[in-house]
Amino acid sequence: MSFLEYAPAPESRSILNLRKEYGLFIDGQFVEGHGKQFTTISPADESPIARIASANAQDVDLAVSAARRAYDKTWSKLSGRDRGKYLFRIARLVQERTRELAVAESLDNGKPIKESRDVDVPLVAAWFFYYAGWADKLDYAGLGPAPKPLGVAAQVIPWNFPLLMLAWKIAPALACGNTVVLKPAETTPLSALLFADILQQADLPPGVVNIITGAGDTGSALVNHAGVDKVAFTGSTAVGRAIARSTAGTGKKITLELGGKAANIVFDDAPLDQAVEGIVNGIFFNQGHVCCAGSRLLVQENIHDEVIDRLKSRLSTLRLGDPLDKNTDIGAINSREQLDRIRTLSEVGEAEGATRWSSDCAIPDKGFWFAPTIFTGVETSHRIAREEIFGPVLSVLTFRTPAEAIAKANNTPYGLSAGIWSDKGSRILGVADRLRAGVVWANTFNRFDPASPFGGYKESGYGREGGRHGLGAYLESSWGQFGKGVLTRAASEPKGSRSGTGEIAAAKKTSSRSASGQKRGSKKAVAR
Amino acid sequence: MTMEQSTALAPASRAVQLLGTDLSEKNLKLHLEGLSGVDAVGLEARAAALATRSIKTSSKVWALDTIIRLIDLTTLEGADTPGKVQSLVAKAINPDPSDPTTPRVAAVCVYGDLVADAVEALGAAHGSGGPDGIAVAAVATAFPSGRASLAVKLADTAEAVAAGADEIDMVIDRGAFLAGNYGKVFEQIVKIKDACRRPDGTSAHLKVILETGELNTYDNVKKASWLSILAGADFIKTSTGKVQPAATLPVTLLMLQVVRDWYRLTGEKIGVKPAGGIRSSKDAVRYLVTVAETAGEDWLDPHLFRFGASSLLNDVLLQRQKLQTGHYSGADYLTID
Repeated sequence: MSFLEYAPAPESRSILNLRKEYGLFIDGQFVEGHGKQFTTISPADESPIARIASANAQDVDLAVSAARRAYDKTWSKLSGRDRGKYLFRIARLVQERTRELAVAESLDNGKPIKESRDVDVPLVAAWFFYYAGWADKLDYAGLGPAPKPLGVAAQVIPWNFPLLMLAWKIAPALACGNTVVLKPAETTPLSALLFADILQQADLPPGVVNIITGAGDTGSALVNHAGVDKVAFTGSTAVGRAIARSTAGTGKKITLELGGKAANIVFDDAPLDQAVEGIVNGIFFNQGHVCCAGSRLLVQENIHDEVIDRLKSRLSTLRLGDPLDKNTDIGAINSREQLDRIRTLSEVGEAEGATRWSSDCAIPDKGFWFAPTIFTGVETSHRIAREEIFGPVLSVLTFRTPAEAIAKANNTPYGLSAGIWSDKGSRILGVADRLRAGVVWANTFNRFDPASPFGGYKESGYGREGGRHGLGAYLESSWGQFGKGVLTRAASEPKGSRSGTGEIAAAKKTSSRSASGQKRGSKKAVAR
Repeated sequence: MTMEQSTALAPASRAVQLLGTDLSEKNLKLHLEGLSGVDAVGLEARAAALATRSIKTSSKVWALDTIIRLIDLTTLEGADTPGKVQSLVAKAINPDPSDPTTPRVAAVCVYGDLVADAVEALGAAHGSGGPDGIAVAAVATAFPSGRASLAVKLADTAEAVAAGADEIDMVIDRGAFLAGNYGKVFEQIVKIKDACRRPDGTSAHLKVILETGELNTYDNVKKASWLSILAGADFIKTSTGKVQPAATLPVTLLMLQVVRDWYRLTGEKIGVKPAGGIRSSKDAVRYLVTVAETAGEDWLDPHLFRFGASSLLNDVLLQRQKLQTGHYSGADYLTID
């Protein structure tokens, strides 16, 4: 037996203590749903994991009402400092339960445990820690003194990073003082339901976060509910467009984080071995189920053959298989539906005349799998160079000059992310400046940090998540309210008006803090 | 400066083949500076990712035995004596007296003046490093600093070879390298390689120590690796063990990438030896994974990969016993050397 066929090293499932059935998490309790129950399965072997409730319009209404009550009675009245305490507490609980969450995520989503363990869950904790820190510093977010929360946020998230997308949505919303109704994707509800358990453990006031499960119609009922002030959606461009249309004119604030077809540009002066790693990480991380995946490789023509050659030998060391095995690099495709889409587009690629190469790996009998695949000889007019495949499929195009690379990179309806590989700093900065993409990585790819804003241009959506900018999606800037009363006193003060308001705000905060402090005392130290 | 002498030397044939017969310092410099750069963050991230491989059960059993087979059991102290070398050799032959199935190490590594003692102590167990027997490696060329005249380095090497050394671990002139005097470094390696020849026409294997801790940047490590291979190195080795940092996983990964590239270019296999600082089995297993996933499994062979280590062996033996008995023994159940 060869050493490279590492002996199985499966992460144990025994840490999971799953229920057979999960209800909807509304007003701090698990309650039954009124829609048709569905089963969530493991995409690695199609085995059922648990029965999941489905929320119908009536349940959505209950959840939104609970969120509204919590907003009016509790959450909007808490000081930023106290909201921060809850968020810090959630972050610590996520850290404590890291292994459990990672196993649940890999089981339900199909992603390799090494990714859920080393990337997803640590980032989830990082996101809560980061926004916990902001909760009492919103005056300094650049949105004017005392910016206001929006109210009830409806959040609909995708299946590719179920728990991480939940964190991206919930952490800033709560830090800013909003309450939340969140709907996880139909195929990956499990980690969100475990997260509900963490919320109970953290003693978060009932109704501040409600988690309702279901399919597209649940999501649609949620975002179109009249009691919602804010809609945040991450998912496909088609659904994003529908949401933008249906919420137009309702006064709801929207952020959309949609598809992408990122260019990963490799210049001939790139650090080659690291560039090859970056290409692999760009498109084969999370089976390519990444909206910002580097799915279009733009490689300078004079190094094309060498890069492809190295890439192929690197891909042949990738290990596809059991997501719970600690040595697995490529896990399962999340659903049959997605697998079909990847297959269809790959066939289109072949029909269009591109050359297909797939790594030679054994595909398990059960479950949904797709071997890492590269298409060379792809032209800008091919569908596989334009449409988001959302799978482990890389389209390789070439360019001759930086100007051509920039033109090709920008020639897409999307604009979420891009990558540049070069050892020359001035080239990186010059090219980055001309790329129309929300995130540009230099000599790396698919790196995330809560302090860094993320979001798209064009059909990749609007609004930013993460960093200080991410607060803007959940706050109403007080600059816009000059003359509406909020700042009248400050504005009428002749000089030093900013510091004047600062002191007033500080004085107000102190009093509300002591009030909530008493309340906490009666509830046995809510969050410390 | 034209390196006419070098071009005439057989061991520099690699350089001639790659760079042409008009081998000159300028030519060499252009070649080395044309190598693609190394991104430190990316290299270290890749090494860290390889370090997360989980090697369990049957893979672990194989890995532990393989580590032993790849060890150059080393003593390089001012206080070394024939008695100490004898003791080291005994440990090399019989690492775990409680288990005769334990494999032997690849080689013992000593200072040049103790080569004869090592050869004598090995007796019938002496071989070329591998299944046929334990090799004797000698550090030479004014190890560890390399600050001596070429004549002294050549004499140092020739004496060790004459005394029966199978392998010579030389150091490069880091001063010359950092001053940009690549031709000087190159010529010295070529000449030392020549001094490794024995009267019967065979040659001691040449390991070239880059002392990566003094080269400081990954770009330098890459250039020095490439330079050493061009000059005729059979192995490229990270460190003397006398400078910190010694071997690290990213540096070893980079050197493995260079030998892989050399193989892709020429079909010739060059060995890699990380030395210094690898003390635990867990660490050593990470190196095995890095070798297998970078250069390929063929490199997991004493002729292509070695660990320069002293305390590593006992930790591997401890883990080996644990796998067999299910519990950990203690330091007193392993011989100190």
